[in-house]
Amino acid sequence: MRYVEEFRDPVAAKAVLAAIETVVQEIGATAEKPVHIMEICGGHTHAIFRYGLDRLTPKGIEFIHGPGCPVCVLPMSRIDECVEIAERPEVIFCTFGDAMRVPGTRKSLMQAKADGADIRMVYSPLDALEIARRNPEREVVFFGLGFETTTPSTALSIQQAAREELRNFSVFCNHITVPPPIKALLDDPHMVLDGFVGPGHVSMVIGTHPYDFIAETYGKPIVVAGFEPLDLLQSVLMVLHQIRDGRAEVENQYARVVPEHGNPVSLAAIEDVYEPRRTFEWRGLGEIDASGLRIRSKYAAFDAEERFGVGYGAGPRLVSEPEGCACGQVMTGRIKPTGCPQYGTGCTPEMPLGALMVSSEGACAAYYQYGATDERLEAVE
Amino acid sequence: MCLGIPGQIVEITDANRLMALADISGVRREVSVACVATPDLCDLIGEWALIHVGFAMSVIDADEAEKTLEALRGLGEAQETLEAMAEGASALEGTQ
Repeated sequence: MRYVEEFRDPVAAKAVLAAIETVVQEIGATAEKPVHIMEICGGHTHAIFRYGLDRLTPKGIEFIHGPGCPVCVLPMSRIDECVEIAERPEVIFCTFGDAMRVPGTRKSLMQAKADGADIRMVYSPLDALEIARRNPEREVVFFGLGFETTTPSTALSIQQAAREELRNFSVFCNHITVPPPIKALLDDPHMVLDGFVGPGHVSMVIGTHPYDFIAETYGKPIVVAGFEPLDLLQSVLMVLHQIRDGRAEVENQYARVVPEHGNPVSLAAIEDVYEPRRTFEWRGLGEIDASGLRIRSKYAAFDAEERFGVGYGAGPRLVSEPEGCACGQVMTGRIKPTGCPQYGTGCTPEMPLGALMVSSEGACAAYYQYGATDERLEAVE
Repeated sequence: MCLGIPGQIVEITDANRLMALADISGVRREVSVACVATPDLCDLIGEWALIHVGFAMSVIDADEAEKTLEALRGLGEAQETLEAMAEGASALEGTQ
């Protein structure tokens, strides 16, 4: 598509960077007193490092990498439950590849597969449905994981399975929602956040209004952004303009993809299939009210928690994170990945200790892949 | 995982199940068009959509994309003008 190339135009990027520099000076932000902008979405974290936007933008801007990587925020207990289900001999366990290396208490899905469990990496929940159709004698379980971008695809797959009356398909539902953790972070007195770059593809589903509370209740600007370098730079500029002008609004930089009111078909499927859990555990953030979704009782036949007797309500849940792992502090912006004692030594993308090193959308993996250490960053500068 | 990728819808493969063939960076694969379905599904042929985990999630608005690019180009022009003005001011003050 021709637009993709144009959204990477270096001449245009230079112009936006110059405009950012001007506004940063107008605000009076400096390296010692920066504006803190949180990019909520892990896809944005990855893009910021991939294109070196953190190094191109002035030192008066500090990016805080938010909790928007669903693999990263998944608590260990849920991986343990995945392994428990996947190790049943009758089960074919289908997952997105991102989740394969997330460490569990006993093992990761990758290790479980090496130990003989029938675990298959799929591109789409539709692939899991097809596996179920082709293997009527086996139990096919799809690991439903992700924010509102992914949530409707799982819902539509469950509706399709119901229409076809598939008896051997179920979903281990770990879908989570963006607004509750943002509220939790804004309520945290230790957090300093001046503005947000909002998630583009989540907003494609839910629209821009679910963020109204950020502007109206907390008085912070938020700009929903696309994923190309120019999208991100323009969105940062729009956030800075709001800060300079003393405004707090929800703006949409990504209008070519994000409709104000979201996608009605997706929203209807979400409403039909799921209901909010009272609470859901987030790695590094703890339990957050109404932040996770479970499958409604009308679709209980497709709920792996019901079918296999695992999950919430099945026993004690809290599992402590590995010793020395600072994922929680990184995710809440309290320290940089390089500030974690395990970074690059006990925890690498090849042998991750914490979840932020597992997925390319995790802050630690992005740092490691594109920046590695403070020293190397300084050398580049 | 939350990233989608633009793909072009090239063929409706199963109208009842709302399935279509999409060309995604040169790779063709069947995707669901349930989220972007139109009364006549054939209207989707040739459209670009954001494809995410096998679902066309949003038809990409080409006019909006063009508007964003224009705004960004405009910013470049404005910056050039500002730089020219600054240069001009320096010239007037004899500080060039």
